[in-house]
Amino acid sequence: MATPPTPRPTDSGDPQPVLEAQGIRKQFPGVLALDGVALRLFPGEVHALMGENGAGKSTLIKVLTGVHPADGGTILVDGRPHVFADPLQAQQAGVSTVYQEVNLCPNISVAENVLIGREPRRFGLIHWSAMRQRAAELLTELDLGLDVTSLLGSHSLAVQQLVAIVRAVDVSAKVLVLDEPTSSLDREEVAQLFTLVRRLRDRGVAILFVTHFLDQVFDLCDRVTILRNGRLEGEYPIGELTPVTLVQRMIGGELATLDQLSVRAHEEAAQRATSEPFLQARRLTRTGSVEPYDLDIHAGEVIGLAGLLGSGRTEVARLLFGADSADAGEVSIEGRKVLLRTPRHAIARGIAFCSENRKSEGLVGELTVRENIVLALQAARGWTRPLSRTKQDELARHWIQALDIRPGDPEAQVRHLSGGNQQKVLLARWLLTAPRLLILDEPTRGIDIGAKAEIQKLVARLAGEGTAVLFISAELEEVLRLSHRIAVLRDHRMVATLTNDDTVTPERLLTTIATGADS
Amino acid sequence: MTTQPAKSEAVGGIGRRLAGHRLLWPALILLALLLGNLAFHHDFFSVRVRDGHLYGSLIDILQFGAPLTLVALGMTLVIATRGIDLSVGSTVAIAGALACGHISTAAHPGSVATMLTAVALALGVALVLGLANGFLVSGLGVQPIVATLILMVAGRGVAQLITGGQIVTVTSAPYKMIGGGYWLTFPFAVLLATALVAFTGFVTRRSALGMLIESVGGNPSASRLVGIRAGGLLALVYVFSALCAAVAGLMISSNVSSADGNNAGLWIELDAILAVVVGGTALTGGRFSLGGTVLGALIIQTLSTTVYSLGVPPETTLVFKAFVVIVVCLVQSPVFRAKVLRRRRTTTPRSHTTAGTAPQQQEVRA
Ligand SMILES: Nc1ncnc2c1ncn2[C@@H]1O[C@H](COP(=O)(O)OP(=O)(O)O)[C@@H](O)[C@H]1O
Ligand SMILES: [Mg+2]
Repeated sequence: MATPPTPRPTDSGDPQPVLEAQGIRKQFPGVLALDGVALRLFPGEVHALMGENGAGKSTLIKVLTGVHPADGGTILVDGRPHVFADPLQAQQAGVSTVYQEVNLCPNISVAENVLIGREPRRFGLIHWSAMRQRAAELLTELDLGLDVTSLLGSHSLAVQQLVAIVRAVDVSAKVLVLDEPTSSLDREEVAQLFTLVRRLRDRGVAILFVTHFLDQVFDLCDRVTILRNGRLEGEYPIGELTPVTLVQRMIGGELATLDQLSVRAHEEAAQRATSEPFLQARRLTRTGSVEPYDLDIHAGEVIGLAGLLGSGRTEVARLLFGADSADAGEVSIEGRKVLLRTPRHAIARGIAFCSENRKSEGLVGELTVRENIVLALQAARGWTRPLSRTKQDELARHWIQALDIRPGDPEAQVRHLSGGNQQKVLLARWLLTAPRLLILDEPTRGIDIGAKAEIQKLVARLAGEGTAVLFISAELEEVLRLSHRIAVLRDHRMVATLTNDDTVTPERLLTTIATGADS
Repeated sequence: MTTQPAKSEAVGGIGRRLAGHRLLWPALILLALLLGNLAFHHDFFSVRVRDGHLYGSLIDILQFGAPLTLVALGMTLVIATRGIDLSVGSTVAIAGALACGHISTAAHPGSVATMLTAVALALGVALVLGLANGFLVSGLGVQPIVATLILMVAGRGVAQLITGGQIVTVTSAPYKMIGGGYWLTFPFAVLLATALVAFTGFVTRRSALGMLIESVGGNPSASRLVGIRAGGLLALVYVFSALCAAVAGLMISSNVSSADGNNAGLWIELDAILAVVVGGTALTGGRFSLGGTVLGALIIQTLSTTVYSLGVPPETTLVFKAFVVIVVCLVQSPVFRAKVLRRRRTTTPRSHTTAGTAPQQQEVRA
């Protein structure tokens, strides 16, 4: 299908949407993901697409850009009906997309990733030096000082995300679609991205932006389209919304009890400090990953790990779980020295770990929700002592209900679930082993407000029941709200451990993170 | 993935999960091949009883397909862990050579005891070979294709050393039973293969072995973090694969009462891999289907039989096989099916005005 010539929007009269969708319907087996959804994108605007997890944001984007065919509705590009057969056609027509699941190739260079599919050629062969130069130019535009010849996989997830964005921007885009681009970026990287987005907007590009961070919406966006349960809730200029009304419209009706949650028992924490910790780490270290640190974790205590992305938060957790083995230092559990060389050692001592990379390190996408839920328990029993099918069904049903996992079908393949529900499956897997210490690495990243509140409440409840929790999050507020104590990391070093009393404010935490000194 | 409710209900007895989409296509393909044969030989489906034994083309396919089915059975579990075992052909040859070598030099070649020690010898050596593969893969982290290539090449030589480069013939009624005998009118090899498949299915699905193998193959890093001991599982599947290959080797040599270190099981690893893939287990690991593998092995065996019975010139046999395998793989590919569907629909008038016509664009993108 050829792209029709694209008339520039006229200066006079009504501005014409560069991309418009009406009455879009999309049916997945068992799920009506989109039902009569409309969207308008005007040149030179930043448009937020909001909705809870599973509301259909990613699906809408995929339908618009030709990943999925629609089951009904009209898509207009510059006022003309248009159907993209695949994302490449969409890109050629000026609609560039960074999908939620970054799909780059970690084992080839940054330059190749940026220009893959449209490498500069000479005599029919790839012109390598031109390619490197072009990629370097594009990265510099985004203030990304990367070696373009390095392997993509050698960089952090955040950097990979930025590379995906650079890749999308490098086509003369009229429309740029970003599906949760900031979920793995830290403050500074988000700022870099926003600068770029604003620059593109001023050039007349229409930008469709999906995020779960409300402040980013109010910071950056001009208009908002809200989806709820696959339906269009409405389209609003940002000025007509406040954070509270926006959240209300996203979840409809009952506003989550986000703010009712508070951690009362600071006195308890003081008491705890004198009792014997469940786990005690002394001078624990791994070269190149984290410098020696001390940490005590008591039963019923939530320890927050704060710090910038890449400051070593995950690395601290991985040593405690045996996911990486320590070079030096020691760990005692209930006063007895233990060696945590593999995850099995840690699991046998009641430690559980939900990785920040749900897909690559958490779930087995091909297996069902039921199988993923019972996996840790089954692994601990070994293959010769199977859980009976009846028992598995019972466990799956129980946890699907307890954590409100949707869709509630235990036989659904877990890869078809939305991020928040996948996270709940991962939680269920570990909760049913009744861990003594639960390590949660970014459990609320990339999931909607409703699910986030549920997970936060769950953490508080678990601690109340005596489970020790190590809680890692990039969101300071969340860490502050949930933790009894907060360990701050900076450049792979644990620089402070603060008892979370009234004197600990976001500002004080930020200062510690930024300067490495507790003011 | 499109399933056809009407047809999957027809196969419904096997269980909804299996019948839905996993076994449907391989079963239809096998059926098509068999019907194709029927068109050329009207007695293709006829099964007679002669001397208390079953005879007929279908029985031949089952009997000659038994060794391939066994090799493919072991291969399925290896592939489910994201591995591959290229050494099975050599193991087939070594097992046959050891057994026949033992029998031919034994004091009482025709005794049951000699047969049993020959079998034990072959299985024992296969166990060691499997452990070696398993150690290379899980202990040393060598890529499976490289690790098993070593034995594929060296094993052939070992088999020839055992047979002294000759074809070793044996006369042993008990040994002949394994691959060429009959029991309750059925070929013993078919019964043995059926029993082993059923046993494997029972063990993998009733214990947690199947799920843990699928987990390790589907996502190795997640499996490590969930505490699965992948090392033991990997060693186990390579040992199992070698044992299956050894039994297949016994069958093959028993059927012809001789061991040929050069040609026994030559290229059987490729047929086995094909059978697994045709049966719906992906080379990328994860979900596996033993039923699919059996169908796959029967498809491959039917093809070989067809080639002979059609009188296709032997030199074009491989080309013919390759062609059918390509067709089989295409028919099973959802992307290809969607494209063919789209081609057909484009003949009906279409409009560009609504996205509702989009079934034309049923490309499946990962
Ligand atoms: N490929 C798919 N197959 C089946 N269901 C899907 C698929 N992709 C998404 N869904 C379902 O569609 C709904 C919308 O999902 P999604 O668009 O990813 O939500 P969001 O991006 O707003 O979080 C969810 O219920 C999800 O489970
Ligand atoms: Mg999404």
